[in-house]
Amino acid sequence: MALVEFRGVSYEIAGKPILSDVSIQVEAGETLVLLGRSGSGKTTALKMINGMLFPTTGQVLVDGKPTTAWDPIRLRRRMGYVIQEVGLFPHFTVRDNIGLVPKLEGWSGVDIDRRVDLLLERIGMPAAEFRSRYPRQLSGGQRQRVGVARALAADPPVLLFDEPFGALDPVTRLELQQQFLSLQRDFQKTSIFVTHDVREAMRLGTKIALLAAGRLDFIASPREFRSAASPEARAFLACLDN
Amino acid sequence: MRPDLLGEIFSLTADHLLLVLNAMVVAIALGVPLGIFLTRRPKARPWLLGFANIMQTIPSLALLGFLIPIPLIGGIGKRTAIVALVLYALLPILRNTFVGILGVEAAVCESAVAMGMTDGQLLRQVQLPLAARTILAGIRVATVTTIGTATIAAIIGGGGLGVFIFRGVASLDTVQILAGAVPAALIALAADGGLGWVERKVSPV
Repeated sequence: MALVEFRGVSYEIAGKPILSDVSIQVEAGETLVLLGRSGSGKTTALKMINGMLFPTTGQVLVDGKPTTAWDPIRLRRRMGYVIQEVGLFPHFTVRDNIGLVPKLEGWSGVDIDRRVDLLLERIGMPAAEFRSRYPRQLSGGQRQRVGVARALAADPPVLLFDEPFGALDPVTRLELQQQFLSLQRDFQKTSIFVTHDVREAMRLGTKIALLAAGRLDFIASPREFRSAASPEARAFLACLDN
Repeated sequence: MRPDLLGEIFSLTADHLLLVLNAMVVAIALGVPLGIFLTRRPKARPWLLGFANIMQTIPSLALLGFLIPIPLIGGIGKRTAIVALVLYALLPILRNTFVGILGVEAAVCESAVAMGMTDGQLLRQVQLPLAARTILAGIRVATVTTIGTATIAAIIGGGGLGVFIFRGVASLDTVQILAGAVPAALIALAADGGLGWVERKVSPV
């Protein structure tokens, strides 16, 4: 059974279609990249997975159960969420930011400390040095690393990424992409990753779903995507050549 | 300085402080929850903000006049004065609570919701701490204004430092006017300084 499934999903705002009849299956352990231009509906699709939005018609299923049938709080705590603006709490230390969901889930302080230190070491930020810092005392790349650690904190089976590395300089972005792949190998999460960067899609995805004006244009592995024939896919692939 | 006024200065200053304190406690107890309510109910915004705005535009003497005939809250004395002061203090507190919460960075609130915070957790752990400074600024402005406005309580028998001022104006006695105005100004300055200090202290980041 697919861990996350879009089944004939459409979404409209005031009669204007944002997504039209999208069906996608994401198996456990996969990294599905939602690729598309700005306004293609990829962020909307992502927000339907953790019940921030609900389909106008069709269903999004998580563990075989429609998101409308889930308690939204339970659903969201099973999913890490990383966005471009990071959204760290400015009044929380790095430790409290990363430990947020564990704390909401009622972990003990000792367990939270242990988990935070482990994750900080894992993302290359020595715990002793960074644990007590505030977000404003971190660089952009460090903030996003903490954002990723925060998403992983309560060990959720699914991770959602909304252009997480889009605001970073190219060198830092590459470092974080490499870290993403290494974390993916270690933690074996199911990830859904929104981007408009075709290079990033090819590098990180095990499967690429191309969205064009709210429709699923093409869905395939990165290798198959290279030889896709649709005009939108060709337009994206042309970006790889220069 | 007339030594005969000294005792009265102390008792009327205490009276004045009590008046302001009562009004501010009620205004905060109403204004902050109402401000929070407005962040959750966009449809109520024009009504409540409109009401608070209108209250501010009514001249203070006229407002007292309007309140006197109203049963339960009206009449002559402290209670009516406090009601009028609360109505004046409401707008800055209400507005700053509302603006402060809505001013919390959208990405921070979105993350909080996406991580599975309930609305109450979002409010208590994220929005209120991050809006605290703005809310306190509203309380400071309201307090300073209330200290000045409270001098008119005397006209309906509400007491306070206004007693000196009205008596002084009636008898053309400048010393009596100053005996009311100077302590009121000093209290306002002290409140401004003290609350400003608290504001900087609670700054979350």
